[in-house]
Amino acid sequence: MTYEERLQNVSVLGAAGKMGSGILLLTAVEMADQSLKPENKDKTFVLNAIDVSPQGLSGLMNYLRGQVRKLAEKKTVWLRTMYADRDDLIENFDIIDEYIFHVLNIVRPSTVIEAAFRSNLVFEAIIENKDLKVKLLSQIRQNCSENTWFFTNTSSVPINLIESEAGLNGRILGFHFYNPPAVQKLVEMITTGNTKEDVKEFALAYAKNLRKVIVPSNDHAGFIGNGHFMRDALHGLQEAEALAADKDIPLYKAIYMINKITQDYLVRPMGIFQLIDYVGIDVVSFIMSVMNPYHEDEEIQHHLLDKMLEQGVKGGQYSSGDQKDGFLKYKGGKVFAVWDIHKQEYVELEKFKDECDEMLGDLPESNVAWKSTLRMKNKEEVLKAFFDDLKKLDTLGAKLAVKYGRRSKEIGEQLVNSKVARNIDDVNTVMLTGFFHAYGPVNNFFD
Amino acid sequence: MKKLRRKVYMTAGYNTISLGTGRREFNPKKTRPGIEHYISEAGKAVLEKIGGPDNVDESVIGNFIAARFNKQGHLDGFIPMIDKRLSMKPAVRVEGACASGGLSLVTGIRHILAETSEVVLSLGVEVQNTVKAIYGADILALAGWFRKRKQGHAYFFPGQFSDRAGAYYEKFGYERTRKGMARWYANAIENARLDPTAQEYHNTNPDPYGTALKMKPNGRSFVDHLSVLDCSKVSDAASGIAICSEEGLKRIGVEKKDAVEVIGFGHAVRDITSDPTDLTELETIKFAAYQAMENAGITIDQVGTIETHDCFSIAGILAVEALGLAAKGEGADYVAEGKTSRNGEMPMNTTGGLIGWGHPTGGTGVHQAVTIWQQLTGKANDAQIEIQGNRPYGLTINMGGDDVTVVSIVFKRG
Repeated sequence: MTYEERLQNVSVLGAAGKMGSGILLLTAVEMADQSLKPENKDKTFVLNAIDVSPQGLSGLMNYLRGQVRKLAEKKTVWLRTMYADRDDLIENFDIIDEYIFHVLNIVRPSTVIEAAFRSNLVFEAIIENKDLKVKLLSQIRQNCSENTWFFTNTSSVPINLIESEAGLNGRILGFHFYNPPAVQKLVEMITTGNTKEDVKEFALAYAKNLRKVIVPSNDHAGFIGNGHFMRDALHGLQEAEALAADKDIPLYKAIYMINKITQDYLVRPMGIFQLIDYVGIDVVSFIMSVMNPYHEDEEIQHHLLDKMLEQGVKGGQYSSGDQKDGFLKYKGGKVFAVWDIHKQEYVELEKFKDECDEMLGDLPESNVAWKSTLRMKNKEEVLKAFFDDLKKLDTLGAKLAVKYGRRSKEIGEQLVNSKVARNIDDVNTVMLTGFFHAYGPVNNFFD
Repeated sequence: MKKLRRKVYMTAGYNTISLGTGRREFNPKKTRPGIEHYISEAGKAVLEKIGGPDNVDESVIGNFIAARFNKQGHLDGFIPMIDKRLSMKPAVRVEGACASGGLSLVTGIRHILAETSEVVLSLGVEVQNTVKAIYGADILALAGWFRKRKQGHAYFFPGQFSDRAGAYYEKFGYERTRKGMARWYANAIENARLDPTAQEYHNTNPDPYGTALKMKPNGRSFVDHLSVLDCSKVSDAASGIAICSEEGLKRIGVEKKDAVEVIGFGHAVRDITSDPTDLTELETIKFAAYQAMENAGITIDQVGTIETHDCFSIAGILAVEALGLAAKGEGADYVAEGKTSRNGEMPMNTTGGLIGWGHPTGGTGVHQAVTIWQQLTGKANDAQIEIQGNRPYGLTINMGGDDVTVVSIVFKRG
């Protein structure tokens, strides 16, 4: 089966979810672009968007329409050449509209799993529940051809477990997109000892066409991305608790301070508590619970997460992409208040921010905002100057930041030592391209 | 063309800001003023300088294509909106693509010459940031022949002038031409920084020349032979000016020294369904500019400053050649040597031109006249250049489409 033939019938499970919708978008566009090639014009391409939620699928179609338009607007020069033989499509308006229809016309929304039975490729992007994943993939395996391949987007469950329990001998690999899949460049690819060579080759070709950066990870629960993020988040949670006890301040103030340190002092796109909210407190807690049993010498869980969930505060995002409130409360995309776990209410930043900022002390003048590093040519130099100044400071903020940076490095090295990642470069690439960090965690800035 | 049968003046010019990318106040996600705002602002400002609407006999508004950018036709109906005392007076909207502003001017001039009016309010307006550039390209493409749209580029007009640039590179050399084009861009930016209404007024690039020279055209994302810096931007703006007879000037109480006199003008149109004879020549610009100078009884060496239609840097270079300032194939060198800069031999586009000040398509022709009026009457503030006594004339060239409709006017201080 050629690359195009395999793409002629694809299914995405969990297509209306946050990750599933992005995977569906990228795959639909790739299939449409293949179908536009002169040699493929007579072939039919079908992409089954399967999800339990009819409402979600309806939202998915809206999402697709908007996103495909944006993509089409960026490649109109190419689209005009692809539609050169269509005399009825003259203006860019016409061409972009036709392309949107073309992509949407490939997608078949469905709420039943049977839709996947004739697919050559099945993407699994349902919730992080190994038993459910196994159940659905087994069901498809029993009804589809032996040539069907399976890509799972799990960010934590070892692939070999899904493979053996669902009876997918050699036909599955982990193809882990980062959130949001349409934006983040990274895909972690996880193979098992059995994964067939041609499955890997297809995955690489597909990733290349999607312009994704592939980083291979070994099949350890959490892989590289969550292997780092979960431990980094644990450090943040522990530091917040310790800071509250040490300074005898309410926890919400400490959460604000650690969040600020991880964003402003460590030059990251968002602070660690904002990132936990972004991913979802429930999702973070769940991933930790998947990872924990595989790491006997470590405790990968935190009672604060459980407590937040007990109190019904979960974070995550609305289907519109807007942030739900979690550890932090957001207004217009900006942090506005912090959850007081004792009083079970949000406390507005303006009531305590100045006092906390004073405790942390001033940032050195060489400080640099994450956003400004995006196009900086001498980024390393600027960051080094800032972190060097930070190390010289005797403030609470600087000390916590340096400690955090060191721990982050330690986690990165641990991933290489425990053979989850092949090398330091892979760890750094994952954090740079999957988490949009300005610098890799394994560096010499904080030594 | 016959000599002008009576004296015609322009005065009381006004430009709104040219809003679009580059201006700090521009935010594509926020609601912006509509076309009504621009017409009103420019119209009111002129009326205030000429003693109010009662002094106006009739009005002309130049606009290319509000019907698509703003889903609005019938623009002459907005003239009485400026001031209700303009109600029940004649008004007309004129269109000749990006030369619509120029047509607004020559229509007003003709009203004065025909003695049907003593004071004409001339406006030009376009509000283009209503759609993304990729759709704006469709709309602007209507300045070409629609039958050729299908085979044209996604960015149609950049595509047309990219072909001209490509032909020029091939005939006269790539490197020297790119140097000329980069200098054209740098001049535009440096001049625009001197005019608070210019779209590039906030530009802080310390080395615009270097930036433009370094940015190579890339046909995969844009067009083959032009970079985005070779192109004018998408702009929202309006300009206005009063066109008067001698009697009209008296009526509005403006002294001649505060006005410019129209010494001569040219107006020519080329067949839109035919291709240019020579891609490295702007034949209609050449014809209309010479017509204007002949009508005025002057030669190019008597001209002290020029506002030319640089929708693309290559159009600026080709205009230099069309005017006879440089021989064919040497226009790029003429520009590269700094001769068109504000301190050069022939200062051109002294408030930034289309690339620097902005290009609100239907408003550009009027904006050019406002700039010449400012320069010749000493009202250009920080952008003021010195006008020498032996070269007292100002010249405008306003082009619609790919050298299809051209209006050229010769001015002198009144």
